[in-house]
Amino acid sequence: MANKDNSAYWAANKRLIFICLAIWAFCSYGMGIIFRPFLMGIKIGGADLGFWMAQQGSIYVFLILIFFYAWRMNKLDQKHGVEE
Amino acid sequence: MSQYALNLLFVVASFALYFGIAIWARAGSTSEFYAAGRGVNPIVNGMATAADWMSAASFISMAGLIARLGYDASPYLMGWTGGYVLLAMLLAPYLRKFGKYTVPEFIGDRFYSNTARTVAVICLIVASLTYVLGQMTGVGVAFSRFLEIDKSIGIWIGAAIVIFYAVLGGMKGVTYTQVAQYCVLIMAYTIPAIFVSFEITGHVLPQLGFISNVSGTEVSMLETLDGMLKELGFASYLDQKDTTLNMVLLTLTLMIGTAGLPHVIARFFTVPKVSDARWSAGWTLVFIAILYTSASSVGAMADLNLKKTVYPTGELSSAIAYDDRPSWMSTWETTGLLKFEDKNSDGIINYVGDAETNELTVNGDIMVLANPEISNLPGWVIALVAAGGIAAALSTAAGLLMAISSAVSHDLIKSQINPNISEKGELLAARISMVVAIVAATWVASLGLPLAAKTVALAFGLAASSIFPALMMGIFSKRINDKGAVAGMIAGLTITLVYIFLHEGWFFFANTASFSNAAPLLGGEGGIKSTSFGAIGAMVNFVVAYFVSNATDEPPQEIQDLVESVRIPQGAGAAVDH
Repeated sequence: MANKDNSAYWAANKRLIFICLAIWAFCSYGMGIIFRPFLMGIKIGGADLGFWMAQQGSIYVFLILIFFYAWRMNKLDQKHGVEE
Repeated sequence: MSQYALNLLFVVASFALYFGIAIWARAGSTSEFYAAGRGVNPIVNGMATAADWMSAASFISMAGLIARLGYDASPYLMGWTGGYVLLAMLLAPYLRKFGKYTVPEFIGDRFYSNTARTVAVICLIVASLTYVLGQMTGVGVAFSRFLEIDKSIGIWIGAAIVIFYAVLGGMKGVTYTQVAQYCVLIMAYTIPAIFVSFEITGHVLPQLGFISNVSGTEVSMLETLDGMLKELGFASYLDQKDTTLNMVLLTLTLMIGTAGLPHVIARFFTVPKVSDARWSAGWTLVFIAILYTSASSVGAMADLNLKKTVYPTGELSSAIAYDDRPSWMSTWETTGLLKFEDKNSDGIINYVGDAETNELTVNGDIMVLANPEISNLPGWVIALVAAGGIAAALSTAAGLLMAISSAVSHDLIKSQINPNISEKGELLAARISMVVAIVAATWVASLGLPLAAKTVALAFGLAASSIFPALMMGIFSKRINDKGAVAGMIAGLTITLVYIFLHEGWFFFANTASFSNAAPLLGGEGGIKSTSFGAIGAMVNFVVAYFVSNATDEPPQEIQDLVESVRIPQGAGAAVDH
């Protein structure tokens, strides 16, 4: 296996992980806890945005993130010729 | 048919189903026993992992915790789901590529050290045993309430059933039994949630009911509940009572603890390909999210219904008399989980926030189990909830026992004590260690230690501080060596254990505690609670491992090549028959 190719693949993977985890942290720790006081004015039905993110919304975001990552990684695997 | 007969029918029928599956899916080889022959479809694996994951704490205790804490329970909801993001991106695909059977095996090979492997086995056993304890206690609660048998007898019946199918079927039997258990537990959780949501808000979906108005009013369900709680002197549902720092640390501890729990990670060894491991983490979270997104509305609405039972109009003056209490209250009184003490001898139930004058204490663990009765749902729903609670506890216990037995037979006996052991001998050792583990856990559980999310949360602290950092560094760094990994794991584990024991008592004997969670060691009042400490233990682990590794030799070339190879999916097929 060509080592140079794999390091490009690994760097791309790490970049993707970094982006996904930034969103992961912003939605749960950020909107759900730390920034909740600043988001009180925004309502999702009968709940304020921070409360809703903490008890519902962040779970939906986590789901989207995992499937997005799995889909992107399949493309990356093929692009770099490292798929199974 | 009486309620008792219905309960018995549902529980026995569900057991018959699990037995049937166990006999059909007997394990013949070690590959089948440890990793179900790596032939499990990612969606099926996701469902089994979800059942494995969702324990008595998720099913029985979490909604009660949400009802009691309101917004402050959010770390449990985010923490126990957000960990799957870490698992899918940082661990599962690479460990599947590595292609062995157990978590300690990866740690032992990657850090070329039997010491590292043994430390991992110890972490695994401590975390898993603590966690099995909670499950067996949950089985006891469900049995004693629904089948009216003594709690400790219920625990032993549950243990006998798990032994039967886990010992016989190994991972293969456990996986397929868990699929059935998932179906039972998710129906048992969502059907009452749908009924109750429809009753209160007119919305069939609990996720929508959660943010909707109470039927026939212009006030949202959450604000109605919040207003009622404040009126009765309870803490607000919507306000944040805990400190922001503690909430963030608790969420982080639960997330990395989830990703570091060996019995969950081991599930991703059972799928055929690396890409399947990524998809499977997503499917697992789909099946978990169905319960978790319902849980927030179950907690809120069960609490609203409970308060409305005592105060039909929502005002203090409308309190009911003790003699007029509904029959579900008296049945739960016999279990001791609901208590009434007429302090002012007026015969009226005074259910308020002030502990001095409050006369009714309701243990949060009954919220889900009593929810159908509180809301007057049909008898079969109550029976289904009984079967569901038991399914949740048994499926998790089986998964944990799998992790413990494979660690003992594969990582201790096969790799260190007797490497020449035959496949048959190894299988026998795995089965014996499983029986020993469950008998020990069941015996301790029958002594009646405190239950619930708390014990389980401590297991998370341990997994977070020891196993997750070692695995992540093993994959993402080529520089971390054997000495660094061992020092890091021991430092993280020790500091976390000591912090927990200082607050909960040494080995959980309450009278030996030096601090309380109301005024913890770090930060004093409102400081860092023992359940939130795992994240700090993990940071200690990372830091110690980094410095010790950099001060000592680089790992050998073949280890660096191993790290290189787990990072790419190519060649995973070859790893199956190692």
